[in-house]
Amino acid sequence: MAAPKKGRRSPGGQGRPGRTLVLILIAMVALVGGMFLSGTSTPRLGIDLAGGTSFTLEARNQPGKPNAINETNMNTAAGIMERRVNGLGVSEAEVQTQGTNHIVVNIPKGTDAKQARQQVGTTAQLGFRPVLTTTAGTKTPSTSPSPTPSASGKGDDGKKDGKDDGKEGDKPSTKPTPTSTAQGRAVTSALKKDPSDPPKASGSSTPAPKDTPQPSTGADEIPAALQKQLADLDCSTDKLRAQAGEKAAGVKPTDPVVACKDDGSQKYVLGPVAVEGTDVKDASAVFDSQQGQGWIVQMDFTGTGGKKFADITGKLAAKTQPQNQFAIVLDGAVVSDPRVSQQLNGGSATISGGFTQQTAEDLANMLSYGALPLSFKIADETTVTAALGGEQLQAGLIAGAIGLALVIVYLVAYYRGLALVALASLAVSAILTYAIMTLLGPAIGFALNLPAVCGAIVAIGITADSFIVYFERIRDEIREGRTLRPAVERGWPRARRTILVSDFVSFLAAFVLFIVTVGKVKGFAFTLGLTTLLDVVVVFFFTKPLMTLLARRKFFANGHPWSGLDPKRLGAKPPLRRRRTTAPIETKEA
Amino acid sequence: MSKLGNIGARLYRGEVGYDFIGKRKIWYGISILITITAIVGLAVRGLNMGIEFSGGAVFTTPKTSVSATEAEHKAEAAAEGHQATVQKLGNGGLRIQISELDTQQSLPVQEALAKDLDVPVKDINTQLVGPSWGEEIANKAWLGLGIFMILVVIYLAIAFEWRMALAALIALIHDLTITVGVYALVGFEVTPGTVIGLLTILGYSLYDTVVVFDSLKEASKDIGKQTRFTYSELANRSINSTLVRSINTTVVALLPVAGLLFVGGGVLGAGMLNDISLALFVGLAAGAYSSIFIATPLVADFKERDPAMKALAKRVRAKRAAAAAKADAPEQQETAQDAGDEDLPQDAESDEDAAGSMVGQRNQPASRNRGRGRPSGKRR
Repeated sequence: MAAPKKGRRSPGGQGRPGRTLVLILIAMVALVGGMFLSGTSTPRLGIDLAGGTSFTLEARNQPGKPNAINETNMNTAAGIMERRVNGLGVSEAEVQTQGTNHIVVNIPKGTDAKQARQQVGTTAQLGFRPVLTTTAGTKTPSTSPSPTPSASGKGDDGKKDGKDDGKEGDKPSTKPTPTSTAQGRAVTSALKKDPSDPPKASGSSTPAPKDTPQPSTGADEIPAALQKQLADLDCSTDKLRAQAGEKAAGVKPTDPVVACKDDGSQKYVLGPVAVEGTDVKDASAVFDSQQGQGWIVQMDFTGTGGKKFADITGKLAAKTQPQNQFAIVLDGAVVSDPRVSQQLNGGSATISGGFTQQTAEDLANMLSYGALPLSFKIADETTVTAALGGEQLQAGLIAGAIGLALVIVYLVAYYRGLALVALASLAVSAILTYAIMTLLGPAIGFALNLPAVCGAIVAIGITADSFIVYFERIRDEIREGRTLRPAVERGWPRARRTILVSDFVSFLAAFVLFIVTVGKVKGFAFTLGLTTLLDVVVVFFFTKPLMTLLARRKFFANGHPWSGLDPKRLGAKPPLRRRRTTAPIETKEA
Repeated sequence: MSKLGNIGARLYRGEVGYDFIGKRKIWYGISILITITAIVGLAVRGLNMGIEFSGGAVFTTPKTSVSATEAEHKAEAAAEGHQATVQKLGNGGLRIQISELDTQQSLPVQEALAKDLDVPVKDINTQLVGPSWGEEIANKAWLGLGIFMILVVIYLAIAFEWRMALAALIALIHDLTITVGVYALVGFEVTPGTVIGLLTILGYSLYDTVVVFDSLKEASKDIGKQTRFTYSELANRSINSTLVRSINTTVVALLPVAGLLFVGGGVLGAGMLNDISLALFVGLAAGAYSSIFIATPLVADFKERDPAMKALAKRVRAKRAAAAAKADAPEQQETAQDAGDEDLPQDAESDEDAAGSMVGQRNQPASRNRGRGRPSGKRR
């Protein structure tokens, strides 16, 4: 009954223990050889041991799209996020989906964690909304003019202030034109196009002095509730902006919304989403050397997206400042608010003006990766410095060494010569575990983290338990009056059953945990499962054959006092002839 | 150690032994008491949930000259009203824990802290946890626990029998309750590490139990064919004969955990190593205890309700009564239970063939004097 695994035959039965031993040694050499051949001789270390930053992102459905969390979307999200993180210049970042609605992003040390967080944390929920009105980002009605003076464009049809001038926007000062010239943003359908719309381009004259929370422009179209919301909105601190962003992200795409600029310089009332993030096919940052515009962002739309974009730009172009702007809203925050001067057909557009390489790439990333119908929230972020990681690794290794030493001392004291078998088996087990962990690094992205180290240390106990079960069985048989060789063979089937049953339970626990749980628990479960499996392998293919071989040696067979199998010490009874006659027969069966 | 080996031999042959089953009421009582204490502790004090469950941030700084209290003020100022707890670490660094800080709000706090404490931002270790994440971990862990329990009960019911599965499950719940209770009473912080530790107990607690059950199953294979032992007595012998093994496996399992606890607690201060090993240590000890004192006696209790086993117990008693009457004196007329205890060795000798069919219970005639060396529970 012990039994799902009963079918296993005892390998290395009395006849060919040597062959089994050679087999497992070959397997070991192959694994270790493979390890060196693959060029990795140490297991990949997790963030908590090597240092770095790890994010766990939790996916949430967007309002109105209840079924967006599914495997396909999560995988897309992970893929996009990987591109995006690696777009930061991180080569070894890894992104994995975990469970049904989590994505884990691991970024090794040496990367700007802050930048990474912004990139990782702000995916998705991208939308183009028309600007209804805008004002400076503080709560108190300020007299700050909206910093939207667009200067005579560097060859473009419109300029808009970028986020770089945000600080100035905070201050109630009129913006000097030169600055805004450099930093304005505009959209055009193509780079070569240079319609140079004079009324708008000569923007120094249009500083749109909206000095109250109730700007004259567009006030008639904006419901009072939103006006009030706008007046109450305070974008002055990170914290407040974060709250505002969260709130804005929760508004349905079809409703108007109030939102902050991501640097806090501006706040807006925005119309319903006109073009969704999913309508953007691709976006990239390009250095425009022909027109001398510096860095620009190119966008390509999908078929329907292009149409929608043409529609909205057509409408916007006819309006006046600031309603000719549209806001690119990412997770409730306005990341860019370019001005439109003409209808843009053809499914592509560029945003230009005042980008640095960095800002252009950031915006392009956000645009191209904002196409997911999911929003993510950082559920857990762990940054470990390399120093602490090293310390933790060291502590884990010390703990392992201490644990191992204690176990060895105990085994030697109690089992004497037999302890050699146990130690050899532990060593084989350790080598196999190490080699497999190392190989699994490149193969399935396994990374050794702290919980995994704990699992391995705990596994020392589990592995040693198996030997104890077997040794006690053998000793019981010797107490029956058997000599060692039959004892080893007779003890095995029963010990085997106990080992299998208990290892199965242990493995079951690890397996269920691995499948069901998330995060650190998973790493732990994996190690535990792996070592439990290896334990079975080692006991079957190493410990048992080794015992069989050793039983033939005089030192053990004659029960030397240091062998741990001294019949006298074990209190064995003198052999009983009557019983012995049956023993060998059973032995052969086993 | 050879002394222990001797005891092992005598335990194995049943020369010495402790009447675990006979005294089960005491152990049940103790366990119920501990469990109630644990539950009361849990209800009254509650668990000290770590930052991972309540949400918040933990910053670990490298060595700094700022004192813990000073850092606490600074941290609270930086976090605008959130509560901060600061610990000085062994290496001179600080562990600053700020509760209920949103992941979005933590960045400015980190920067402010770095400035206040005069350490570079990049040298600060941070852990930011949204409140839902801990819940997620805990929920998934509960789910895993539930699934595992169902599967393991099914497996044990197939591999052994449903009574053993039930007893093992009760023992498992007992272990977990005690461990959680210890956490509540002592006020240790519960972290994902603790959850990992708890979940590991699952496998381990059962591992021990399974070893005893396996021996019991083997011993009771042919129980219907003999009339020398009742099921309870067999169960007791199984416990005793595997006692050395249980002790050894528990010690060997505890040693590495103790190593973890020592290094985790002693060298690194609080941390994941410490959390895992603490839960494991308590749980393993409880697991070893429960497999001997709770799980097996429970099986015996369940089994004795079985009509077949009842009948067997009756037959055994009858036989013993007869043997006692035949052997001699009226002073031997004690309760059946007692008679069982005392007659056991003699029976074993007089019935060698039956013993042969009893796997794992091979009694040798050489031990004439074994009754003397056996401090049976009733006699002591």
